[in-house]
Amino acid sequence: MIELKGITKRFDDQPVFENIDLSLAQGEIIVVIGPSGTGKSTLLRCINFLERPDAGHLTVGDLSFDVTRATTRDILALRRRTAFVFQNYALFANKTALENISEGMIVVDGLPKAQAHARAREILERIGLADKADAYPASLSGGQQQRVGIGRAMAANAEVILFDEPTSALDPEWVDEVLGLMKQLAAERQTMIVVTHEMRFARDVADRVIFMDEGRIVEQAPPSELFHQPRDERTQRFLRKVLPQATV
Amino acid sequence: MHALDVDYMLGLVPILLGYLPLTLEMAVAGMACALILACLLAVVRVRRLRFLNALAMLFISFFRGTPLLVQLFLFYYGLPQLLAFLVAINGITATIMGLTLHFSAYMAESIRAAIVGVDRSQTEAALSIGMTQGQLMRRIVLPQATRIATPTLMNYFIDMIKATSLAFTLGVTELMGATQKEAASSFLYFEAFLVVAIIYWIIVEALSWLQRRLEVRLNRAYQR
Repeated sequence: MIELKGITKRFDDQPVFENIDLSLAQGEIIVVIGPSGTGKSTLLRCINFLERPDAGHLTVGDLSFDVTRATTRDILALRRRTAFVFQNYALFANKTALENISEGMIVVDGLPKAQAHARAREILERIGLADKADAYPASLSGGQQQRVGIGRAMAANAEVILFDEPTSALDPEWVDEVLGLMKQLAAERQTMIVVTHEMRFARDVADRVIFMDEGRIVEQAPPSELFHQPRDERTQRFLRKVLPQATV
Repeated sequence: MHALDVDYMLGLVPILLGYLPLTLEMAVAGMACALILACLLAVVRVRRLRFLNALAMLFISFFRGTPLLVQLFLFYYGLPQLLAFLVAINGITATIMGLTLHFSAYMAESIRAAIVGVDRSQTEAALSIGMTQGQLMRRIVLPQATRIATPTLMNYFIDMIKATSLAFTLGVTELMGATQKEAASSFLYFEAFLVVAIIYWIIVEALSWLQRRLEVRLNRAYQR
């Protein structure tokens, strides 16, 4: 179970968001939507401490702390319980696909190399890239790189995987294979929070859709409800803009 | 004007090659020490360690801002007057010291640039899976920084080999010093210095070839 209480983030005294409360159960799939620049990605980054929140309380599994008093050990423990998928893949350029996936298991979890590689091969199998084990990121397509990025997150055995616009940087031809893999994970009830502009993915896969605007959670509901009867006027306006008429 | 004395030149080659090991030893020792010092300086600069950073900047500024020959004279002739225990310093040690300090100042900046040049998102990715700063440096940043810095560092090594010739001004009989002596006794200055120039040239060309092979190897992971 993951819980954010009163999470606040400011850049140079300008609040990005204030007092965000959010909790999700194990196995829950949450999709966050909303206009650009409303703090969706920053919120995600705060859960992994890639950005340090300025106030609030974080709980992930058995780990719980006040963010203003977070020690280095808290942060490392938090990062072991959360995994991140980046918009631009951010694969380690000096490591093969296999090594990108096994790296965390070896360095962070302290698994013996052989065991980590065996697990990484299983993951490569699941993400459909068994034949690319020894390929370096530069030789992979965008879609393949992002699947390795997801594989790396899977290897972390995290309580929650955080997806930060995982398909935004992809050529259209690669989007489906990445969304397909994410759907597969969702079907296995991997807890995840996904920031995305893929409305169809939100509609088909999310248990709950959160609409954020100007640093606030405006509305949250199951997709059937949020997409068909949005209550807030801002949600309605946003959905009119992003959804083709037929689907609303 | 006289014709080129080819026999003298050929005869000189083995004599001069006898001094090549000393030249190479000074360059290799200087390079090894300079690399270590440069890495330390670069890390201080990248991490912006408060007091040390200012010191590192002063160090780099001085050793880049003054000629190597001046620095060598300062260490060999100057410092022993101030610090008595340095009287025993020999020309070879002073040369290695000078090369180390001088080149580490340059190399620190290229190593720093290489570290900064590693894609920042990979740093975030490493942190996101729970790596510590040290693990991140060792496993992700430094291996890639090495690749970025290698061509420049190899160029400094080549420069350093040529710079060892300044050791003869400190009374060291290395490649250049030996040539100087041979030329002074035969009066065939052009022949002698031409031979030593060709020897330096061949060494540098051999290293350049090695450098190209090394770069191809290091770049393998990054080819499409």
